[in-house]
Amino acid sequence: MEEEMHTDAKIRAEIGTGCSPRGPGCSLRHFACEQNLLSRPDGSASFLQGDTSVLAGVYGPAEVKVSKEIFNKATLEVILRPKIGLPGVAEKSRERLIRNTCEAVVLGTLHPRTSITVVLQVVSDAGSLLACCLNAACMALVDAGVPMRALFCGVTCALDSDGTLVLDPTSKQEKEARAVLTFALDSVERKLLMSSTKGLYSDSELQQCLAAAQAASQHVFRFYRESLQRRYSKS
Amino acid sequence: MAEPVSVAAEYLAGSRARAARTVLGQVVLPGEELLLPEQEDAEGPGGAGERPLSLNAGARSRVRVVCGPGLRRCGDRLLVTKCGRLRHKEPGSGSGGGVYWVDSQQKRYVPVKGDHVIGIVTAKSGDIFKVDVGGSEPASLSYLSFEGATKRNRPNVQVGDLIYGQFVVANKDMEPEMVCIDSCGRANGMGVIGQDGLLFKVTLGLIRKLLAPDCEIIQEMGKLYPLEIVFGMNGRIWVKAKTIQQTLILANILEACEHMTSDQRKQIFSRLAES
Repeated sequence: MEEEMHTDAKIRAEIGTGCSPRGPGCSLRHFACEQNLLSRPDGSASFLQGDTSVLAGVYGPAEVKVSKEIFNKATLEVILRPKIGLPGVAEKSRERLIRNTCEAVVLGTLHPRTSITVVLQVVSDAGSLLACCLNAACMALVDAGVPMRALFCGVTCALDSDGTLVLDPTSKQEKEARAVLTFALDSVERKLLMSSTKGLYSDSELQQCLAAAQAASQHVFRFYRESLQRRYSKS
Repeated sequence: MAEPVSVAAEYLAGSRARAARTVLGQVVLPGEELLLPEQEDAEGPGGAGERPLSLNAGARSRVRVVCGPGLRRCGDRLLVTKCGRLRHKEPGSGSGGGVYWVDSQQKRYVPVKGDHVIGIVTAKSGDIFKVDVGGSEPASLSYLSFEGATKRNRPNVQVGDLIYGQFVVANKDMEPEMVCIDSCGRANGMGVIGQDGLLFKVTLGLIRKLLAPDCEIIQEMGKLYPLEIVFGMNGRIWVKAKTIQQTLILANILEACEHMTSDQRKQIFSRLAES
């Protein structure tokens, strides 16, 4: 069963003084999500943010090799494949970030000595890749029915040289930015699960970006809810 | 930093716990907390005027509610762990708040005690068979767990055979164990599934739908062709009809059942009955 949910146009997240007054306001790109599109994995999802698209598949709880099994919880594995070329060190580091986020949220103690594998394939990269991977992984985990204590989402902020905050930057904006910050937030209390930052920024700018990301995550979670309601309303 | 705090406070309002009764039949997401019925009445100082005085004024009396698949106890509340529709079943008799569970759509099976499943024998080691049931571990099946089996009279089970049995041990800490007899020692339909026929996999939700008491799909199929069919709660269905073509038609109908409305299904059955 394929469910596609498109939000209309851009979702604007006006934060008031969170964004620089010179900027046009903080806005996220167009979202789209499709679930249960692959037949082999136990759960799959494709997440689109503007032109960035990531396909995720989840297998689990499945058999695990004795060398990798953990006696009291599930072994979570994340595999990220880039669009072209072999996976390198950057992919390994992103895999670790995504795995740490998933481990904080998935109830692994319900399935000890099993493995839950998340496979992510980058279909197109036009900025905010890590956030899109996190969103796709969350939707795929929900589709597979893996027990979780909350949902999570990824939001990227870019700070350019005059301090303007841009949410969900394109690759051009990321290249020209002074700093790019990615946050993973949970759905229960918008707490910070993971942050990955690159560049130069001050302490107050970090707090501003975090606040803007928390406000933007509200839109992402509302999108998740609408998308899942539409999926279950057909059955 | 007053700014991030004030922004965060606005959005915390969305995550307040809701009463389970008000959410019945709606889609719930992982992370939501649900309040059980007696807790709403006890909250608030006024309360209902007619409650009898209790000697232990502080403690609330609890109604025993069973927490089904997709829900976990979290303090006094229920935490939703899977996405799906929230359902409730009233208790048949006696006290108790009934059962709450989440109806979710899944493909992966997790062994549950008492479930009848179709397994494939993968190995024979000494006195036990290893049976693949689609979970994270193969289940073990002792050769004595068949009707009329003794140490001298061993059952005729080979690697690759299909077995219909039920779980006697199935929890997260131990290897699942299955048997092909019921508690009285009779087979009751369980055991090795015969020759021929077709085994295929569907989602767990479809099996539950087909096994519901008010499902007419199986009766309609029976009127179409005479058939033998076995449903395993692990998403596996074995079907056998007179010819291979009929078997394949039935398998295709069952796989497509999930996405068809009842009108489309009736159309297909009537078209097949004519030809």
